[in-house]
Amino acid sequence: MTVIIILLLPLIATGLVCLPFKKYWASGVTVVSSVAVLILSARIALQTAAGNPVNATLDAGMLKWISVDGLSALILLLIAFVGTTAAIYSVGYMAHQNLKPWKLRLYYANYNLFVFSMLAIPVLAEPTLVWIVVELTTLCSALLVSFDNTREALEAAWKYVVLSLMGAGMALFGFLVLFAAMQASGSTDTYTWNNLITAAPLMPPVLLQTAFLLILIGLGTKVGLVPMHTWLPDAHSQAPSPVCALLSGIETTSILYVILRLFPVMQGSPHSHAERWALVLGLLSVGTAAFLLLQVRDYKRMFAFSTVEHMGIILAAVGLGASVAGYSAMMQIVSHCVTKSFCFFAAGAALMATGTREIAVVRGLIRKSPVAGAALVFGGLAIAGAPPFAVFLSEFSILKAGLMQKHYVATGLLAIFIVIAFFGIMLHINRMVFGAPENKNNGTPEPNHSVPEPVATFHLPFSCRLALILAAVPVLVLGFYIPQPLQDLLTQTAAALTK
Amino acid sequence: MSETTNQLLDNLNALAVGLFLLTAFGIVAMRQARGVLNLFIVQSLLLAASAALLGLRHHSEHLYGVALVNLISKPIIVPWLLRKTSPSEIYTRREIDQVLNIPTALLIALGLAILSYFLGQPILNAVASEFRGPNVPIGIAGLLIGAFTLTVRREALPLLIGLLVMENGAFLAGISIARNLPMLVELAIATDGLIIVFISGVLIRAVQKHIGTTAVGELSSLKESADEPPAKEAIE
Repeated sequence: MTVIIILLLPLIATGLVCLPFKKYWASGVTVVSSVAVLILSARIALQTAAGNPVNATLDAGMLKWISVDGLSALILLLIAFVGTTAAIYSVGYMAHQNLKPWKLRLYYANYNLFVFSMLAIPVLAEPTLVWIVVELTTLCSALLVSFDNTREALEAAWKYVVLSLMGAGMALFGFLVLFAAMQASGSTDTYTWNNLITAAPLMPPVLLQTAFLLILIGLGTKVGLVPMHTWLPDAHSQAPSPVCALLSGIETTSILYVILRLFPVMQGSPHSHAERWALVLGLLSVGTAAFLLLQVRDYKRMFAFSTVEHMGIILAAVGLGASVAGYSAMMQIVSHCVTKSFCFFAAGAALMATGTREIAVVRGLIRKSPVAGAALVFGGLAIAGAPPFAVFLSEFSILKAGLMQKHYVATGLLAIFIVIAFFGIMLHINRMVFGAPENKNNGTPEPNHSVPEPVATFHLPFSCRLALILAAVPVLVLGFYIPQPLQDLLTQTAAALTK
Repeated sequence: MSETTNQLLDNLNALAVGLFLLTAFGIVAMRQARGVLNLFIVQSLLLAASAALLGLRHHSEHLYGVALVNLISKPIIVPWLLRKTSPSEIYTRREIDQVLNIPTALLIALGLAILSYFLGQPILNAVASEFRGPNVPIGIAGLLIGAFTLTVRREALPLLIGLLVMENGAFLAGISIARNLPMLVELAIATDGLIIVFISGVLIRAVQKHIGTTAVGELSSLKESADEPPAKEAIE
């Protein structure tokens, strides 16, 4: 029942925010509903972690298509978490933009629909229905990407829609072939993830392979895997910052979740090369993104490329051997999700303080807005994988698992790419936050360092600061302490990755 | 049903599917935006016909449902939605300077059709003999040609139709091998196609209003290259 309520809440909120009440009505409704969703999801996650999956009571009628196991519960919790922090962040960020009331209502209506479509991905168990909600995530977020209606934003939104839907067309065929494979195996059960795993050994391997490749490439487009990633830095940099946090932090992850669901199915079939494909595509993504990170000129694009990098790392980790690296891959999903959403909040703060996205223009941010500057350094270090943070822990355990599996070349490459990406990110952030302001005329730093000119400090809205603090908690805490329920959940999830 | 009727239904289905491929070629070659839309409507009707014929042939009510849904959503609701959402300018556009000239584009489309025959073969070999037919290779051809359209077209409407042709192709292949999907799923897929049209229509309108063009494929200000710095953009 809780699952149904979780899905209904954002829909009700969508209806409510359209009512023309006072200024903070729409944002208030959105925050309240997100917090409620977060609490309910946390309850489901705790239940599942304790070993009581929720699907036992649901087997009548349409409800047979809903089921929540460890993997679903984890993704659900992450979506709810980012959905909440981004909603809180939106309050201040959108108020700062002085929009017309109807435009603001449009934003929140779209926001809630987008969150709804993402929440539906992990709880649905019927692959074609999952495909439909994946489509919905694209369609609901397209208008959020184009929200600013600038030339760049519209171009980004158009590219996003066309490429994602192109991938979706291939994925649709993949899911239909998968269904045909299930029927060819003689199984008459409902088409769900679990029944697919049972039927896998009897499926014709050709059909299974075809379906897997079609889905990997089709949905991989939306995850941002190289070479289908070209739209991602555009869309993830042009959207309003809270939406970027949703897109980069959790949307990509929740689509990757759908691909991950296929791995246990593929393991049931003889001679499946699923893990090899994952390793190759993953390494390709990490490598390409690492080098592109060195030459970005827009700091929101930088974080977007870092998303491509991290999606690659997760896929490569699964490719290193789901049974061994599964736990680390899941840990990486959690840490990337919380860290990347924080990074985009920080980038949004920097954007509000400076009014530009260009790395070359922003200098000495720490003086202009201490909060934004500090947040950017914190987020940069955390996402690049510096020691006390969560990403470091998960990346380290992935590399360890890779070495234990004797994948020396792949692990070595992965380590090199991660280091390159680290330098790319830190180089840019260091210049932005601590760099001396450049002289506009000749581009050389001003010689007079001892007397810094007085800079007007920018005060970040309260809700943005609150969101930054909330988002920072797991980034820091998960670096050295993983609570027992989360540990249980991760173990279950890792088990769900193998047959 | 007797052997001859089955034979007849199979032949009719092959005819519908063959014409489907022909409309896909037409969409690649047609310059007039309006004509592309009309060809797409014909193609959707052929898809519905194929679903109905397969339904008759294999006694599947489910496929009648698919045919009905396709008959209503694509030829009727899609043009209506487009009229409601996007500027009427998109119909009147002609693409004079395509990326490839028409004979080259058609040759590539032909190559894709032949390729899809080979791609479809292993799938056909793996399914039961009653599922075999021309639908799978031609559906894959629709998928590929739709994707190809997306890469060579610049105008908004042909691009949108390219997306829908991909979906039609996936569906044409899908109905012949995956026959018993729940009806709810079919309905949801059809609705989804309509949402695609709606969102794209709104986007096209915004592009036309703020940038003043409907050649959305030509927008290319976002990239990493270092020729000129990106426009400094304050958030509004």
